[in-house]
Amino acid sequence: MEPIISVKGLGKTYAGGFTALKNVDLEIRRGEIFALLGPNGAGKTTLISIVCGIVNPSGGSIHAAGHDILRDFRQARSEIGLVPQELATDSFESVWATVNFSRGLFGKAPNPAYIEKLLRQLSLWEKKDSKIMALSGGMKRRVMIAKALSHEPSILFLDEPTAGVDVELRQDMWEMVRGLRESGVTIILTTHYIEEAEEMADRVGVINRGELVLVEDKNTLMQKMGEKELSLHLPEPLPGVPETLADLPLTLSDDGSQLVYRFDIKSSDTGIAELLRRLNEASIDFRDLHTRESSLEEIFVGLVRGARSESEEQLTKEAQE
Amino acid sequence: MNWYGIRAIYKFEMARTWRTLMQSIASPVLSTSLYFIVFGAAIGSRMGDIDGISYGAFIIPGLIMLSLLSESISNASFGIFFPKFSGTIYEVLSAPVSTFEIVAGYVGAAATKSMVLGCLILITARFFVDYEIVHPFWMLAFLVLTALTFSMFGFIIGVWADDFQKLQVIPLMVITPLTFLGGAFYSIDMLPEPWRTVTLFNPVVYLISGFRWAFYGVADVNVGISLGMTLLFLLLCMTGIWWIFRTGYRIKT
Repeated sequence: MEPIISVKGLGKTYAGGFTALKNVDLEIRRGEIFALLGPNGAGKTTLISIVCGIVNPSGGSIHAAGHDILRDFRQARSEIGLVPQELATDSFESVWATVNFSRGLFGKAPNPAYIEKLLRQLSLWEKKDSKIMALSGGMKRRVMIAKALSHEPSILFLDEPTAGVDVELRQDMWEMVRGLRESGVTIILTTHYIEEAEEMADRVGVINRGELVLVEDKNTLMQKMGEKELSLHLPEPLPGVPETLADLPLTLSDDGSQLVYRFDIKSSDTGIAELLRRLNEASIDFRDLHTRESSLEEIFVGLVRGARSESEEQLTKEAQE
Repeated sequence: MNWYGIRAIYKFEMARTWRTLMQSIASPVLSTSLYFIVFGAAIGSRMGDIDGISYGAFIIPGLIMLSLLSESISNASFGIFFPKFSGTIYEVLSAPVSTFEIVAGYVGAAATKSMVLGCLILITARFFVDYEIVHPFWMLAFLVLTALTFSMFGFIIGVWADDFQKLQVIPLMVITPLTFLGGAFYSIDMLPEPWRTVTLFNPVVYLISGFRWAFYGVADVNVGISLGMTLLFLLLCMTGIWWIFRTGYRIKT
């Protein structure tokens, strides 16, 4: 199937010389939820802003729903909705007026029935006549989403959609995003909350220092790169890892009551049998054990650190030469 | 053409006028009325005619032009500056609207507001002084052209300004002095040389002169030159806006 967004060789260097994106290639599949992860300043917002037409690219090409975003900007942009990170709203406008303004701006004829349905879906109908400045932060966030959806886009960008919202609203947002996906909208979200990506995304992209480090199916990624931990709860605390077990990848919890063994789930020999045999030989008993897979957050941190040390190595090598 | 887009921007900007009616309409009408009372009715009654026109009537075109210029600039500059300031500009930039459509929406609304204001001042003037309009078509043409041109100029200022102070600098420090010295209250023929020649470098002279010609059929400079200067300034503003959107100056990074 043809991707709904295709990014090829995208680069962005700002006037001050800062390179925000380096030769980024990315394809977003129709109907998926794609999470773009990356530390602050990695280039996530720049990438989104270029696709949406807010920032000019320095090089490369982007197609949205088959339309070049520069040459066929009208067709491309009418397919895209954007919820930016900042709560940028027209404080003195009413909810009804601002959402209708957005629909008109995107070239759609007025459709009060659709706007009513949208506001009801987002629990904003009761507030339709309220001025935006009178709304809570969470409500304002919903207004931003309503504005982005007012022209019935097939692609929705959510830049840090749940930044600063409470847990309940976050859950509601996740529910709403899933609902949108079911209605056929492709969703691209950037987030700092890794659990958000873990909870919702079909695929994950990691961007760091303007480079796309990886794009992978979320489950495959967690399977491929995940580590597992085996925790052994000891009946009596230990002062340290016994010398006879020092060669194993074992750590002891601060209170000495848990031994943690890390192993690679991809490996044919996880070493668990060997660990248990040697614990028995050392007469170390345990009263409980459990295993845990590494989270997306741990994978993400590992990837970013890996990329950082690689580039530092490269710099050191270049300096030595 | 994204007509709905133009309409959305236009309606949004006009809605702001209705929300701020005192500031947008009542305040400029009141301050211009004070000019009519002081210079037209009070002092004007003790002054002689200029070019056969009573002083009160003579200053009407200049006073309308003063309001037209300052309101066109302030409406259009605030219209584009505020979305930049509040961050809502992202929506306009990401919408399927062309440069022309964005400018048509913002400048169209700003020009409409200042033209309505100009007409209100004209009606208000009738309460204080008698006047006639010899060339109503050209009066309207100068009104529309000046409102459009200076709304575009205001749009450029709004894009250029990165704080509220800069937004006020050009209207207060440049436009108001140029209007006062551009023959709003006197005929430039009353000036001695070399000031008369120096005044001809003031572009507002041509706007006021042309507008006054439309009212009374008399002008400080040839009406063709006035029209040409107005069109030239319009062209310059259009070029400036075209350049802004081509380069993304202070709008896009």
